Amino acid sequence: MSNTTDERVRRASVFSKILSMPEVGAFLGAIAIFILFTSRDTTGNFAGLGGLAGWSDIASTIGMVGIAVSLLMIAGEFDLSSGVMVGSVGLLIGLLVTEFNMNIWLAIIIGLVFAGAIGFLNGWLVHKTKLPSFIVTLATFFVLKGANLAYTMMVTGAVRVTGVDKAPGYQSAYNIFAYQFIVSPDGGVHSFQIQASVIWWVGFTLLGTWVLTRTKFGNWIYAAGGDANAARNAGVPVARTKIALFVTTALTAGLVGVIDVLRLQGMQAGQGIGYEFFYIIAAAVGGTLLTGGAGSAIGASIGAVIMGMAYIGIPYAQWDSNWTSTFLGLILFTAVMVNTYIGRKARGGKR
Amino acid sequence: MANALELRNVEKSFGSVIALQGVSIEVEEGAVTCILGDNGAGKSTLIKILSGVHKPSKGEFIVAGQPADYDSPRDALDAGIATVFQDLATIPLMSIWRNFFIGNEITKGWGPFQFLDVATMRAITKQQLLAMGIDLRDVNQQIGTLSGGERQAVAIARAEYFGAKVLILDEPTSALGVRQSGIVLKYLLKAKERGVAVIFITHNPSHAFLVGDRFFLLNRGRLLNRFERSNVQMEELTKAMAGGRDLETLTEEIEAVRARG
Repeated sequence: MSNTTDERVRRASVFSKILSMPEVGAFLGAIAIFILFTSRDTTGNFAGLGGLAGWSDIASTIGMVGIAVSLLMIAGEFDLSSGVMVGSVGLLIGLLVTEFNMNIWLAIIIGLVFAGAIGFLNGWLVHKTKLPSFIVTLATFFVLKGANLAYTMMVTGAVRVTGVDKAPGYQSAYNIFAYQFIVSPDGGVHSFQIQASVIWWVGFTLLGTWVLTRTKFGNWIYAAGGDANAARNAGVPVARTKIALFVTTALTAGLVGVIDVLRLQGMQAGQGIGYEFFYIIAAAVGGTLLTGGAGSAIGASIGAVIMGMAYIGIPYAQWDSNWTSTFLGLILFTAVMVNTYIGRKARGGKR
Repeated sequence: MANALELRNVEKSFGSVIALQGVSIEVEEGAVTCILGDNGAGKSTLIKILSGVHKPSKGEFIVAGQPADYDSPRDALDAGIATVFQDLATIPLMSIWRNFFIGNEITKGWGPFQFLDVATMRAITKQQLLAMGIDLRDVNQQIGTLSGGERQAVAIARAEYFGAKVLILDEPTSALGVRQSGIVLKYLLKAKERGVAVIFITHNPSHAFLVGDRFFLLNRGRLLNRFERSNVQMEELTKAMAGGRDLETLTEEIEAVRARG
C-alpha cells in the first residue's frame, strides 16, 4: 500500500521532513552550544568526560521533571509548583527521618504519596474550578513555599534539615537514587563521577517518548492539548488524562527531591524554588508548544542538555558565571523563535 | 425501508422556555433526512436530543423500534448514533490516522505494556478513506493540512467505521465554499448508499435539496412542514423555509430599496 504514491504528494525531501520534527531545532542548538563552549574552553575538559560528567549531572534532574512538564504542556496545562515540590518532598523526608527516626524507605514512600496527592489536587482543582492551571499551580507554589519554610523552622529551629545520612536504610536508598559511578579511563590518574540521576533521566526520556508516540495515553495527551472539545466528542477522557499528568509531574519532581535529599544528606527550606522555570525552559527549548498539542519528550531532554552545558561551559570558559541566567534567557528566546520559524518553513509556509 | 429513529410528539423545555414543541420526525435507513430551519428554529436542541446530550421533556424517542433513554453522548454513540460537529470534529495538529482512531485506538500487548498498533491503524485509515472515495495523500500528515471538506469527510468515514447506523451532520457545509460543500455532499451520499441513516441539519435549502429524501422544516420550536422528495420543488422549499409570505414581503422591500437607488 505504501508503494502507491499520489502525484499530489509534493516530494517532501527527507531534509524537510526531519526539519519539521519539533526537537530538531533544539538538537541543532545543542550542537551549536557544544561547539561554542568547546572553542571557548580554557580547561581542555569541556568536550571530554569531565565536561560530560558536569553537564549531565545538571541536565539529568532538569530533564527528568522537564519531560513530565513537557507532557503536561502538550496537554495544554502548566505546573508552576513543580520546582517547590522538589524542596517539599526533600524536606518532608528529611524531617521524617531526623525527627521521627523513620526508615528512609518509608519516608521516601510517604514523600512521594504526598507529592502525588498535591499533583492530584492541582489537577482536580483545575478540572473542577475551570480556572487556568497557571493560577491554580501558582497558588500551590506559594502555599508550599511558605509551608516549607515555616514547617522547617518550627520543627528544627533552622532553615535546613541535616543528618539524613544517619537514617536507617540510607545506604541502600543512596545506591539506587544518588550513587556516583566513578569513571576513570586512564586507570585512576583522572576520575570523573557520573550520577545515578543520569540513568534515571535516560530512562525517563525513553519512557516519555514511548508513552507519547506509541500508547493510547500519549494519543490522548496530544488530543487533550490540541483541541479538548474535539477530544471529548471523540470519547477521550480529557479530565482524567490531565489529572494523571499533574500527578506525574508532581511525582517526578518528588523523585528529584528524593535524589537531592539523599545526595546532599539534608535540605534547605528554599530548595527547588525557581526550578519550575528551568523545567518550562527545557520543554520550550525542546520544541513543546506553549499552547499545547505539540512537543516531545526527547526535545525536553535536549533542552535540559543545553542548560547543563551552559552551566558548566560558562565557568570553563572563565566567563563571569553571574551571567548564566542572562545567557539562558537568550537561549530560550532564540530557540523558540528558531523552532517556530523552522517549523513554519518545513510545513510549507502554513501555520 | 425501516425507520432507524423516530421522535413522537417531543417537547423540550428549559425552565419557562419551550425550545421544541410537538415535534415528530421519522428517519429512514439508507436515506438522507434533512432538518431545515433558520437560526433559533430549534435545530441545536433537536441535535442534542438525538445525540444524547439532552433528554426530551415530553414525548417518545424511538431508536430501531425500541424506546431510547440516553444519559450521555457516549450512550447514543454505543447505540450507533454518531454526530459530526461542524468545527469540533478533528484535531488539526495530529496526523490523519491518529485523528481517525482517537478514542478508539487499536493496541497490542498486555496490561501496562499495551502499545499502539500503528501499522494496522494506518492501513485501516487509508483503506476506509479510499472505500469512501477519499483519495488522500499521506495518512501521516497533519489533518490541519487538509481542506475543510476533506476534514469533514474523514470525520464521516470515522463515524461509519466505528459502527454508526445513524449519522447526524450538524451544519457540515455552512463554513465551506461551493466546491468544498459539494465534496461533503458527495461523501454524505456515499454514506447513504452504504445504508446509513443520514440526518443532515442545515439552513441552506439548496444544499438540502441536492441530497435530501425527506425534509422537515422547523420554525420557532415547532415542526412547520414536511416534504418528501417526490412532492417538493426547490422554490417551494426555499419559500417554506423563509416562512413563505415573509420572503415575498422581503423581496418587495428589497426591490423598493433598489428602485430608489
